[in-house]
Amino acid sequence: MRLVLVQLRAELRRVAGNGEQLLLTLGIPVLLLVFFSLVDVLPTDTAEPIDFLAPGILALATMSTAMVSLGIGTGFERSYHVLKRLGTTPLGRPRLIAAKIGSVIAVEIVQFAVLIPVAFALGWDPDSPNWLLAVACVVAGTIAFAGIGLTLAGRLPGEINLAAQNGLYLVLLLLGGMVIPFAELPGPIRAVAHALPSGALADVLRDSLSTAGTQPTQSWIVLAIWAVVTPLLAARLFRWD
Amino acid sequence: MTAVEVDRLTVRHGELLAVDAISFTAEAGQVTTVLGPNGAGKTSTIEVCEGYRRPTKGTVRILGLDPAAHQRRLSESMGVMLQEGGVYPGSAVLETVRHYAALYGKGADPVALVEAVGLTSRSKATWRRLSGGERQRLSLALALAAQPEVAFLDEPTSGVDINGRDAIRGIIRGLASNGCAVVLATHELDEAERLADRMVIIDHGTLVADGTLAELRKGHDEIRFRSDPGLDLRALAAATGIVASEVGVDEYVIDAPPQPRLMAQLGDWLAGAGHPLHELRGGGQRLEDVFRRLTRGDQA
Repeated sequence: MRLVLVQLRAELRRVAGNGEQLLLTLGIPVLLLVFFSLVDVLPTDTAEPIDFLAPGILALATMSTAMVSLGIGTGFERSYHVLKRLGTTPLGRPRLIAAKIGSVIAVEIVQFAVLIPVAFALGWDPDSPNWLLAVACVVAGTIAFAGIGLTLAGRLPGEINLAAQNGLYLVLLLLGGMVIPFAELPGPIRAVAHALPSGALADVLRDSLSTAGTQPTQSWIVLAIWAVVTPLLAARLFRWD
Repeated sequence: MTAVEVDRLTVRHGELLAVDAISFTAEAGQVTTVLGPNGAGKTSTIEVCEGYRRPTKGTVRILGLDPAAHQRRLSESMGVMLQEGGVYPGSAVLETVRHYAALYGKGADPVALVEAVGLTSRSKATWRRLSGGERQRLSLALALAAQPEVAFLDEPTSGVDINGRDAIRGIIRGLASNGCAVVLATHELDEAERLADRMVIIDHGTLVADGTLAELRKGHDEIRFRSDPGLDLRALAAATGIVASEVGVDEYVIDAPPQPRLMAQLGDWLAGAGHPLHELRGGGQRLEDVFRRLTRGDQA
C-alpha cells in the first residue's frame, strides 16, 4: 500500500503540473457546461438545456480523464521508457496500475466536485436522481474508457497516440450524445452513436439522474460490453516498452 | 560470492539469434564489463539479467534467483541504469530521485544522491533541460537509490564530459568496493579498461572472451613504435629479422614479446637508416587490439 501511495502522489503531481491535462479534464467540461447552458443553441428536448447538458458533461469529464488524460500520459511514459524504469523498482505492474486507477478516481472526484455545483448554480434540477446508479455508470464508463486509452497508449508511439486520443475524443464528443442529442444525428450515424461508449455512458447517466435516457437498457448493455472488452484488449495488446 | 550466473543463455528475437548459448559470471565486489560491438547481444543479455526478457534457452540467476520469476523480489536489491530515457521530461532532478528513493524505501538520502552525482546545482532542473551527461548522472542516481547488491549499468558515461566521467567512475568503483556486483555494458573500450575487474566480450551473440584484461592480453605481446611514415619494412626484416607492419600513418607493430635485444636492434636500425624514434612501447596488446582480434575486426 505504501508503494501505491508513493506512486499515486507522483501521478497526481504530474497531472496537477500539466496545464494541458487540466484544461482537458476541467477547463473544457466547465466551459462547455457554462456556455451551452447560457447560450441556448442546442436542440435539446428538455425545458432547460442544463438538464440535458449536466449528465452529458459528467460523461464527457469521465471520458476526458479515463481515456484521454490517462492514455496520453501513459503513452508518453511508455515512449520515454518511464514504465520500463519503474519496472525495475519494487513498485511492480499491479501497484503501478493501482496508482493510475487511484489517480483517475481522484481527478474524477475533483471534476465532479467542481462540475456538479456549477451545474446546480446554472439551474440544474435533476428529476428524482439515483446518485448511486450514477456512480455505477461512471465506474463502468471509467473502465471502458481506460481500456480504450490504454490500448492505444500501449501500441502507438507517443506523438501518434496523442493525435489518436485527441481525435477519438472529438469524435466521441460529437457523436456521443453528450452535448448534441442523438435525435439530431442523421439516421445511420445515430445507430453508430448508440453503440459508442460515450453515447452509452451519456444515456445511462442521463437516465439515472433525470429519467431522460433514450434507450437506457440498450445503453447499459453497450456500456457493459465496452467495459468488459476494452480492458481485456488493453491487457492483451499493451506493451510496456 | 557469485552474484550473476549466466549459463548457456540463448535469446531469439523472431528469426534473429541475438544471443547464442553464452555463459559467464559476475562476482560481488567486482566490476564486470560486458563489451561488444553494436548489435553483439549485450542489451539482450542484460535485459534477461534484469528480468525484462525471458531467455529462449539457458538459465540466468541473480543472487541465486531467476530474474523473470522473481523480478519484484530482486528489484529490491538491484539497481538498473537504462541506456537512455526513463524519466518523465517534466520531472525535476531532486523530485525524481526523491520518488525513486521512496519506491526503494531503503532510506537513501535523495539530497546526498544528487550531490554524489554532481547535480546539486541542477536539482530543480527538469529532465528536458538537462544535457546528455547530466541525464546519465541522474540515471545513475536512480540506480544508486536502490542501494543495490547488483547493479546493471548500460553505457553509464555515454555523453558525459571528462570531469563527469571521473566522478561516475569513482561512484562505480565505490559501489564495487562496498560489495556490489557491478555489471557494466559498454562499447567504450577506454571505460572498460579503466573500470573492469573482469571483461566479458560478446560478438555476434557468442561469447568470445571472458577474463581479466591481463588474461585477455596473455600470449599476445607486441612492440609498438612510431617513426617516419613509410619505413622500408623489407629492409628492416632483411637487416634484423624483425617483421613489422604499419598499422597507422607513422605507427608500426611487431608481433613479438618486448625483449630488450629486439628493441635495441630496432633502435640501432632506425638510427642507422636516419629515422627518428618518436615512441616505443612493449608489452601486452592494447584492449582496442585485443577487442579487434577477438571480434573479427568489427568496430566497437
